[in-house]
Amino acid sequence: MSSLIPFWYIIIAILWTGFFILEGFDFGVGMLHSVVGRDEAGRRAAINTIGPLWDGNEVWLITAGAAMFAAFPGWYATMFSAYNLALVLLLAALIVRGVAFEYRGKRDAARWRRTWDVLLTVGSVLAPLLIGVALAGLLGGLPINSAQNFTGSFWDLLKPYPLWTGITLVLLCLLNGATFLSLKTTDDMRERSWQLARRVAPFTGAFVVGFIIWTHVTAGRAFWLNLIELLAILAVIAAVWLVYDRRDGFAFAATAVTTASCIISIFADLYPNVMVSSTNPAYNLTVHNTASGNYSLKVMTVVVIILLPVVLAYQTWTYYVFRRRVSRSEFQPPAAAAEPEPTHPTSPTAAPGS
Amino acid sequence: MRLDLARIEFAFVSINHFFFVPVTIGLAFLTALLQTAWYRTKRDDYLRLTRFFGTLLVINVAIGVVTGLVQEFQFGMNWGAYSRLVGNVFGAPLAMEGLAAFFLESTFLGLWLFGWDKLSRRIHLLTIWAVSLGSALSAAFIMAANSWMQHPVGYQMVNGKPQLNDIFAVFTNPVFVWGYTKVLFAALVTGASVMLAVSAWQLRHGGEREVFTRSARLGLLILVPAILFAMLVGDELGVVEARYQPMKIAAAEAQWTTCQPCSFSLFQIGGGNNDQTPTEIIAIPHLLSLLATNSWNGKVEGLTPLNQQYNQQFGSGYYVPNVFIQYWGMRVMAYLAVVVFLIAVWGLWLIRRKKLATSRVFLWVAVWGAVLPFLINTAGWFLTESGRQPWIVQGIMLTKNGISPTVSTTWLWISLVIFVLLYGTLGTVDLLLMLRYSRKELPPPLTEADADAPVPAVLY
Repeated sequence: MSSLIPFWYIIIAILWTGFFILEGFDFGVGMLHSVVGRDEAGRRAAINTIGPLWDGNEVWLITAGAAMFAAFPGWYATMFSAYNLALVLLLAALIVRGVAFEYRGKRDAARWRRTWDVLLTVGSVLAPLLIGVALAGLLGGLPINSAQNFTGSFWDLLKPYPLWTGITLVLLCLLNGATFLSLKTTDDMRERSWQLARRVAPFTGAFVVGFIIWTHVTAGRAFWLNLIELLAILAVIAAVWLVYDRRDGFAFAATAVTTASCIISIFADLYPNVMVSSTNPAYNLTVHNTASGNYSLKVMTVVVIILLPVVLAYQTWTYYVFRRRVSRSEFQPPAAAAEPEPTHPTSPTAAPGS
Repeated sequence: MRLDLARIEFAFVSINHFFFVPVTIGLAFLTALLQTAWYRTKRDDYLRLTRFFGTLLVINVAIGVVTGLVQEFQFGMNWGAYSRLVGNVFGAPLAMEGLAAFFLESTFLGLWLFGWDKLSRRIHLLTIWAVSLGSALSAAFIMAANSWMQHPVGYQMVNGKPQLNDIFAVFTNPVFVWGYTKVLFAALVTGASVMLAVSAWQLRHGGEREVFTRSARLGLLILVPAILFAMLVGDELGVVEARYQPMKIAAAEAQWTTCQPCSFSLFQIGGGNNDQTPTEIIAIPHLLSLLATNSWNGKVEGLTPLNQQYNQQFGSGYYVPNVFIQYWGMRVMAYLAVVVFLIAVWGLWLIRRKKLATSRVFLWVAVWGAVLPFLINTAGWFLTESGRQPWIVQGIMLTKNGISPTVSTTWLWISLVIFVLLYGTLGTVDLLLMLRYSRKELPPPLTEADADAPVPAVLY
């Protein structure tokens, strides 16, 4: 057996984990932007906290998909065919969401922006929900026959365990987004984000603990939790405590660690399978019966070893460049800013230069 | 039915995706040129143009990126059997595309947009060049993958599956080298046409004459060589394809019998897979021989003998692509390219006469001329992709065997309807926004006071 096969499994797990660490909070910001930003200036401030970042974050998903295609074509083929309709929904959610960022400010009309706000929120909820369902389905088992083909229907995807996982991820993104916003905004927005985080945190905690136990049982492992599962539980407890203790930075970090360890738990418990067959364990897709040839893996290994650190370097630099907090006052229309501040800005007026 | 639906869906999302791709590649390059001009000369006009066309670029990139995501998922969703068979060759360039190109393009686009006031001018200039490089690179990888489907190289068959054994062969595949070069020139043609059209509209409608004359000139200076090279490279690509995919070229000429030397039919009435004797209107002697083989008396195999040969080689079947699509795809592409070339040369002549900004007829033609590159690109893809049929990978797998065995007709209908509605709506929104922003006034010039102050960032 080539040692590159487990290496590529790890790379794919890293790409999915990276995707959720990064895109997790920007999904959360997408869900929360209308709640945290009470007026147009506030909503714009919320969106602009992730403005320069979300597009680069989403590429982690594209690359994870492409890496599966290149390293484990059998896995990619079975998984993407089985999830066909769910993926159509996911793509619709991601498309609408991505376009919403770019287009909502491009016309100065309240209804136009309202429409994009709703689409951004819905897209940001649906995407982690569907990806959660999809990833958990790999471990939870799907009807797969001896030819590695999915034999079920759309409803076979919506089993309790995958749905629980989907909801867990949505809650994690929500908490991650709320802590991110309280790190990146000012004044009343910061306050509201923190209160939201407080409200969401206990639910996220409960769902994560449930998810870890369920994952452990589904994988049929020994009685004791493995290290990564343990880490997820400890991290989520820490996250809840830090949120209540109002330690923005650490709360955000703990949430990110929770997200990461949840995703890694799925991959750790799945290995060496990549898709479990609920029809017959003998039909399980494994890293071995779906992998690419050794030469392809070798080529891809060289590419990933050179490029992934470069990508990490410039993405880290991007986060450094945009480290500053975003304030609602930056988005106040100049006319309103010149006049004395109205106590209750009822309808948002034109934003400057957008 | 299943096969037709899956093919229609793939064609639909690909054609739509490729409306945005060449605009992105072309405009990113042109915007980078404008910003470089500003960096070098410190002339305010260039900064204003950079911001103006940068906005158009961003509107386009948004939808280009998200429709690109669909492309990557399509292979697994509807073409599972294909992905399983060829993933270890075809997947590699896709993964490289993500790592080398998409990350670069997306991350640096964010830096460029939001970094105006946060980065030094030099670093900020580099970010737009990184976007331009990223977009051009992504086309390279996907073209390498596509060229492998046209002319598979660098593999050996192991247990009936192609296994990659030479990645360098994949990236030196002649179909790739010529095809990718052609895509780059086509992207420049598209971007430059858009820039020319927007400037022409502005000049006709009282936009600032001096500034938009500048951008119209830049558009033309890129357009003339780009369309010329696109045609020359396209001609060479035809020769390469005639060598590896003779069916494609024979079908593009509706050439049923082998000929030597071969004439090129300018126009015909009728014709198609069931009509082998269309009425040819004008035929130019020797031209097809020249185009397909680069020699005056070159021989072009006809469709009927080729089909017989394929039957012996690959088993009985019908290996002729849709002749009607091939014939007209080729002609729409070539004839419209000539029209674009003529418009561009007319523009150059006007520049020489110093009448570019005042010739209202030319400006009107230039505005509408922007439609042509999109038609040319689409016709070109019809020619390339339909001409590969019935193969999904030439000589290795038939399209009908590539489809996911478990994806039902109902699923395909649902996904097709969703994509059509989604793309229809977003495409319309994109077009309206592009038109709206093309007609806006230029951003105001910097005043003396803030000439040294940072340029404000673009915000959502």
